[in-house]
Parts: sequence; C-alpha cells; structure tokens
Amino acid sequence: MSEQLHYALFTGCTAKQSTPELLSSTLAVADKLGIKITILEEASCCGASHLQDFDEFLAHVLNARNICYAEKLGLTMITICNTCQLNSAMTKHALDTDPELKARVNEKLAEVGLEYKGTSEIKHFLYTLIDEYGLENVKNKVEVPLSHFNIAPFYGCHNIRPSELHEEANGHENPYNPTSLDSLIDALEGNPVNYESKNKCCGFHVELQANHTSEVLAGNALLDAMDNNADMMVTPCPLCHLKMDTYQDSIGKVMGRDVELPVLHMPQMVALALGCTEKEIGLNFHVQKAKHLYTA
Amino acid sequence: MSETRKVTIKAFRFNAETDYLPYTKQYEMEVGKDDLILDLMNRIKWEHDGSFSYRRSCRHGICGACAIKVNGKAVLACKQNAIELLDLFDNDITLEPSSKKRAIKDMIIDKSDFWEKHAAIKPYVVADVDPHPTEETKQSIAEFNNFLDSDLCIQCGACHYSCPALEVNPEFFGPAAFAAAYRFTVDTRDSAGAERLELTAQPSQGVWDCVKCYECAEACPKEINPIEKIGKLHNMQFEQGIAESNVATRHAEGFLRGMKKYGYLDEADIVTYSEGLLGAAKHIGTAMKMMKSGKIHWHSGVPFIDSIPKIKNLDEVQKLIEISQTNKL
Repeated sequence: MSEQLHYALFTGCTAKQSTPELLSSTLAVADKLGIKITILEEASCCGASHLQDFDEFLAHVLNARNICYAEKLGLTMITICNTCQLNSAMTKHALDTDPELKARVNEKLAEVGLEYKGTSEIKHFLYTLIDEYGLENVKNKVEVPLSHFNIAPFYGCHNIRPSELHEEANGHENPYNPTSLDSLIDALEGNPVNYESKNKCCGFHVELQANHTSEVLAGNALLDAMDNNADMMVTPCPLCHLKMDTYQDSIGKVMGRDVELPVLHMPQMVALALGCTEKEIGLNFHVQKAKHLYTA
Repeated sequence: MSETRKVTIKAFRFNAETDYLPYTKQYEMEVGKDDLILDLMNRIKWEHDGSFSYRRSCRHGICGACAIKVNGKAVLACKQNAIELLDLFDNDITLEPSSKKRAIKDMIIDKSDFWEKHAAIKPYVVADVDPHPTEETKQSIAEFNNFLDSDLCIQCGACHYSCPALEVNPEFFGPAAFAAAYRFTVDTRDSAGAERLELTAQPSQGVWDCVKCYECAEACPKEINPIEKIGKLHNMQFEQGIAESNVATRHAEGFLRGMKKYGYLDEADIVTYSEGLLGAAKHIGTAMKMMKSGKIHWHSGVPFIDSIPKIKNLDEVQKLIEISQTNKL
C-alpha cells in the first residue's frame, strides 16, 4: 500500500460504555497495521434500530448528522458494530435515493450549521481490513498465529442482511454463505469452525420484551458452535457479543445445558494474532472467562 | 457459467403417514444452464421416483405454491436458476420443504398456521360500501405508492418460514401477516386500521417481538421487504396513539433520554426505564457479573451520577431532537 489508510471511526455507544475492550482492541489493531483512525467524537447513538421504531424521521436526522462529520473530514466512516453499520447505511441509502427526504433532513441540519451531502462511504472495520487493507497484508503482520484455536465465526445479522443494501460495502458477501470472517480467521492461521448457525440471529434486539425468544436464538448458536468443537466464538458485532457473552448462565438454563464459550470481538481476535498487549486486547472485560486465550 | 454439470441432488424425504423420521435421498442428473429448481424436482419425480411430492402450479413465479428451501435459502422453485445455486453453495444442493417441522410429504408442508395468521389480520379492505354507488372509489398514484409493494405479496410463505422469531414463538404473526396488515391499514378505503394496529401492537404476537434479523427481506422472492412494513407499523402505532406504554415501547422511546443527556444511549438507564425498577431487578444477577468484569460500574444507572461520556457538540443533538421529533409515547 503506497498511501496510508485513514478512516473516521464511528464508535457507537457500546464501545464507549459496556465493551471498552472493543475500542481498545480496534485502536490497537489499526496502530499495528498502520491504519490512521480519527474518532468521530461528535457522533451520537445510531438509534440501534429501536429509535427508528419510535421515530424514523428523527433517526434519519441524527444519523445524517453523524455522517456529516465524516464528510467534513473527507473520510470513509467506519463502524465497529453491525447495527451501527446498518442504521447509518440505511439513512445514507434513504437520503441518497430520496431527494425530498434529503431536503427535509437538511432543513433540520441547517439549524445546527450542517449539511448532508452524501460524499462519505460507510463501511464496517471487518470489510476495510479485507477489501482495503487486504488479507495477505494482514497475514504478513501475524506475530502469534492462532493455529491452536478452533474459532467459530458468528456474523451477526446487520452486516449481511439486507444484502442489497450492503453489497458494495461488504464485498458482495453472500448472506446464506458468508465467508469474510472465515477468511480472516484463515489469514490469522486459526481454524474456522463450520457450523449452521454462523449467519443466524443472536436475539439481542428482543432481550427485554421477548426474553425466551432471545435466549433460545443465542443458545442455538452457542451450542451449535460448542458442538462443533469451537474454542471461541468471534463476532464483528458488540451487540451479539453482549448477548452471547453476558447471558450464558441464563441461556444455559433455558437450553437445559451448560453453556461456556468465550465470545470475542473481531478486533480482539486480530489483536491476539498481531501480538498486541493484554491490556489493549482487554479479555478481562468478558463475563465468560476469556483471559486464558491470551498466550503471547 | 458452465453449460451443463453432472450433479448429485439431495432431497429431504418424509411421508407423515408412513415414516417415523425424515431421511435424505440422492439423485444424479445433468443440470443445464437454464434449468430451474422446479425442473430438477420434475426430473426426480419423472425419471427417478414417482412418489417424490411437491406443490407446483403457475410456473410463472406468481402463485407461490412451489416455495421451498435450498440449503436453507428460501426460493420459488419455478423462478430460481439451479446453476446459480450450485455456484452459491459449492455444487451442493439439498432440497428441503419451507418448514421441516411442518412437512406432510417431502416438499409439501401444512401451511395452516400461515393462513390462520394471514386471516387474523383481516387481509381485505373493510369498508361500508354503498350497494348502488354512483361513482368509482378512486385512489391517487401517491396513495397507491404508499403500499410500498406490499400489494405484490403472493402468500408463498417464504418469509414466514424463514423467520427465526416465529420458529421460537408460534404466537408471533410473522412477516407476511405484518406486510398484509400494513397494506390494508394504509389503504385509504379501509376503516379497520386501528383494529389492525392494535393487533400488531400486542406483546408476543405483534411487531414488538420481531428480532430484526432481516431474514424476511432476504427471503422474499417478490422483493417486498416485509421488515420495512414492520418498521412502518411500529411508527404508525405511535403516530396514531395506539402504542401503549410497555417494556417494548418504552425501550424504543427511551433511547431519547440518554441521547438528550449524553448523545449516547445510557445503557443502564434504558433497562430500568423500559422494565421499571421491579422489572429491572431480574437483571441484577447479570448486572453483578458485568460489574465484576468491568463492563458496567457501580454508579451505572445511578440517577444523580453522570457516568456516561458525552459526545462533542451535544447541543446539536439536543436541538435536532427538539425540532425533528415527530412522535411521542
């Protein structure tokens, strides 16, 4: 790569609160790979698909505001949460294809001195590593091969569906047969676990109002990964991580089996292989014990 | 794309009258570039095993009878090119019914749950019609466009039997019923909108139990995007004052509390606000574990302590909420 990659990072809420390890490992990976990151400190919550249920127009206004700040920097906005990716991309798509909506949103944004133009792309960090940094280049940076780990990729819904919305940003990932995480695991010399649930839903979004549904969906995926001899699960979505990591006890009760599986954020897995420090990787922040995975 | 390929097609086989368990049978055949999945099923029946059973009718992608799954992907057999799927799934094709647990014979399933839910939302225009009208009831182009393609649903069940929420919770109406509920609720001639919105607002069966996985959008062979209509129904419940204050609606509306104060969601507050203090108590065990691991802190959720980082230029978000909010709970 002749030019240094430079991105505007939309952290989302969880990386600033309940998953600080996601932010530290993302920054550590970027640093190791020589990727320049500017954090969008002005960016607000994306609405997480819940504000959208309450007030779709307001959600568009607030997401457009976030994108404005990436546009001001002239950078691609990268996300580290599938749901942030989806909601930001949905707003971008809506505004870029509906001039009347764009005008209504810009009328509001003008009140705070901003204008949405549509000039910045929005891409999840997983796909920038694959499509723009390049898997071969990642492979060349591996210091601690993950060859002794069976790693179950868990894709999460909002990076791969609806495929039509994401196809440019996710390298035309096939939602029925996604391969990006698998290929990243390969590049880190880990052993990707092939299991049926890897592109299924974790149930996070109905955790409060439909707890049983949520627990069963997460349980199906965790047990499927465990039954296929996974040593850990890895996901590009902190919401999947929160559901799968923090609720394993209650999921186990619902499923009638003990559930014990470390669930890593995608950047944590990369950071492990790149030889980042234990503090940067932050495995101590997991509810399901994961510190033993740090072997450097 | 190659011209023809010799392929082994696997098919789910089960006869509810004679079989205790389903099994898989394999059939070898040449697959040509123009073959549809329906052609493969016809070949199994006509050339290999006459007992192989499936539904088919129009062969034009419009009746929905031949909806099945191939390697988990919902397809209309009469519309789906076989080679495309062979490429998608590394030359592996397994034909399965839309729902294995509802299989009657091979690809044929009992769709009664689908039709019951479809009927429950009154999928027709409810109106007092003058038996001797003097003029037509007209709709403008804009009013028609407001259907957002939901009128194109062929009731094939592809989205319904791809929905993971429905798989766990049989009470859930499912995406096809919601798309129909939307279609007739926004119809300017209809007068049962409030009734339908109340139905779709009910816990367990209504839109609030949608897990937001977008499987329905992916599965629909007519590109109707049912989850878009689910989102519209959510919004319409608030717009029309039908949304009642409960865990789900407070969870949606409550995002604003944190965003107004910090720009970010207040993760602890949203749980307490949505569930109430008593409801939130059931999360204490998880909260303790999260606290132990450092995911949350002792002061998270304590009303008088601002423990959440604030975004830069928070005043802009506050202003935009003030001037752009269109709904209230």
